Amino acid sequence: MNPAGTSEQIRRAWAIAKKDIRIYYSKGPVLIFGIFMPVFLFLAFYLGGRQLPLPFLLSGLVGMTLFFTSTAVSPAIFPWEGQAKTLERLAACPVTIEAIVLGDMIASVLFGIGVTAVTLLIGLSLGLVLLHGIVFGSAVLLAAVCFSALGMLLAVPPTNVPSNIMMLSSLLKFPLVFISGIFVPLEQMPAWGTALAVFSPLTYFADLVRYSFTGAHYFPVTVDITVLALFTLIFSAGTMRLHRRTMPRRI
Amino acid sequence: MIEVADLTKVFGTVTAVNRVSFDVREGEIFGFLGPNGAGKTTTTRMLTGVIPMDGGSARIFGYDIRREPVLAKQRFGVVPETSNAYVDLTAWQNLMLMGELYGLDRARAKERSRDLLETLGLYGRRDQKVKGYSKGMKQRLILAMALLHEPELLFLDEPTGGLDVQSTQMIFSMLRTLNDAGTTIFLTTHNMEEANRLCDRVGIIRSGRIVAIDAPERLKTAIDRVHRIEVSFDRVVPARALAGLDGVAGASRRGDKWLITAEDRDRAIRSLVAFSGDHGAQILTLHTLAPSLDEVFLRLTGEGGL
Repeated sequence: MNPAGTSEQIRRAWAIAKKDIRIYYSKGPVLIFGIFMPVFLFLAFYLGGRQLPLPFLLSGLVGMTLFFTSTAVSPAIFPWEGQAKTLERLAACPVTIEAIVLGDMIASVLFGIGVTAVTLLIGLSLGLVLLHGIVFGSAVLLAAVCFSALGMLLAVPPTNVPSNIMMLSSLLKFPLVFISGIFVPLEQMPAWGTALAVFSPLTYFADLVRYSFTGAHYFPVTVDITVLALFTLIFSAGTMRLHRRTMPRRI
Repeated sequence: MIEVADLTKVFGTVTAVNRVSFDVREGEIFGFLGPNGAGKTTTTRMLTGVIPMDGGSARIFGYDIRREPVLAKQRFGVVPETSNAYVDLTAWQNLMLMGELYGLDRARAKERSRDLLETLGLYGRRDQKVKGYSKGMKQRLILAMALLHEPELLFLDEPTGGLDVQSTQMIFSMLRTLNDAGTTIFLTTHNMEEANRLCDRVGIIRSGRIVAIDAPERLKTAIDRVHRIEVSFDRVVPARALAGLDGVAGASRRGDKWLITAEDRDRAIRSLVAFSGDHGAQILTLHTLAPSLDEVFLRLTGEGGL
């Protein structure tokens, strides 16, 4: 066994992911927040008299659920662990910082996909039809990694006060929902709105989800997937590089 | 086993650790002593790869802790200053997590966990969440977590700070047993009595700099230029005869004993033994009066007002 080898580090990252799920994700309030927040936003728009078709809103709900759940807990794990001194325990173990970040991301990905699956079932029971299952599955997997990496990126500032990070997280997440074509189709957005939407990874995921359920899309599917993959790469590499720099300052 | 050269850490404008150099030999217990804020914990954290160093080098088992941290960490265990088990997990779950992080197979991790928890008196509480543990129990669990993978080297940073006598004794007894079995121990402590009894060598750090490294007894004897010896005989002996002995600087009576001062303790003791033989005065007791490690510490760290 080479403890520094990639396969061994991935195995240890999986141990960290299991620990995260057990400690941070299995709590009732986390699960409830992950499910209810998108549902309430959905209801606000559905009952708000915008006359948007149900399939459009339901596909938006699915996209939003993955976005919120994948970024719900991951930004706070490092501050929590820094505060509880358990981060020092992990730092003293034979795991790289990249493996620690990967472990946190894996937990976030699984949580995001799990809750999204519930939302999908609700959507299907309300009459939503999945037209492109493979595109949907690939998009969910890719976006879950992308949003989890984004969540970890939000945890880069070396503060051990979780509320500071959660505030920063909310400041970024809510505007992204409104500029990413979730509730207002990109076609109906003003030019400045579309220009902003281009910079949001959620835009491409929402476009892919909409394509999967309605067949309609704003960008070509290959563009959506390529750009989402690029965001995923940039966020993942960025979060690992930046955490390497800031993690020791939390201890 | 541990080779440290010019280790340096700077926080803003403060040099917390300033070109510290020492080594720790295989199989020894090395005590790292110093007042609060002297740089002990910072040094330990750099050696264990928890925080990066700003200068110098540290090699553990020959691995550069900066370049090959995982390979070095795989072979040592760490008991930090503050208990840092996951309080929302049970003791058993914490140990299983450590097993996975150190690459132990499941069966071995379970066997080791059972043994360690039994030894440390926690097996009956293994399925209780750590948040319900007392401070002493948490610290014993931390020790179990550090020992799970059978490390060849153990770093302990103030492992008994604030603990009750029972937990303290249990931990130090275990350290002695581990050392007897070959584990090298790097111990940061304020407990001078334990450092004195446990450590083969101690390093004393003050304001980020090493001020002394040696065996406790040698440090005690080296600190005073004039040594004191307390001796008693089975009969009355004249003060002048004692004061005139080779190596003896002075002799004064203290009840039924004599307090001998000497610059060369070895020479003075030999003279006293020879005097005893020549004069038929049997030695009843003979004690060398060295300063305690506490006194050495206070003098070297400048905290004793001396």
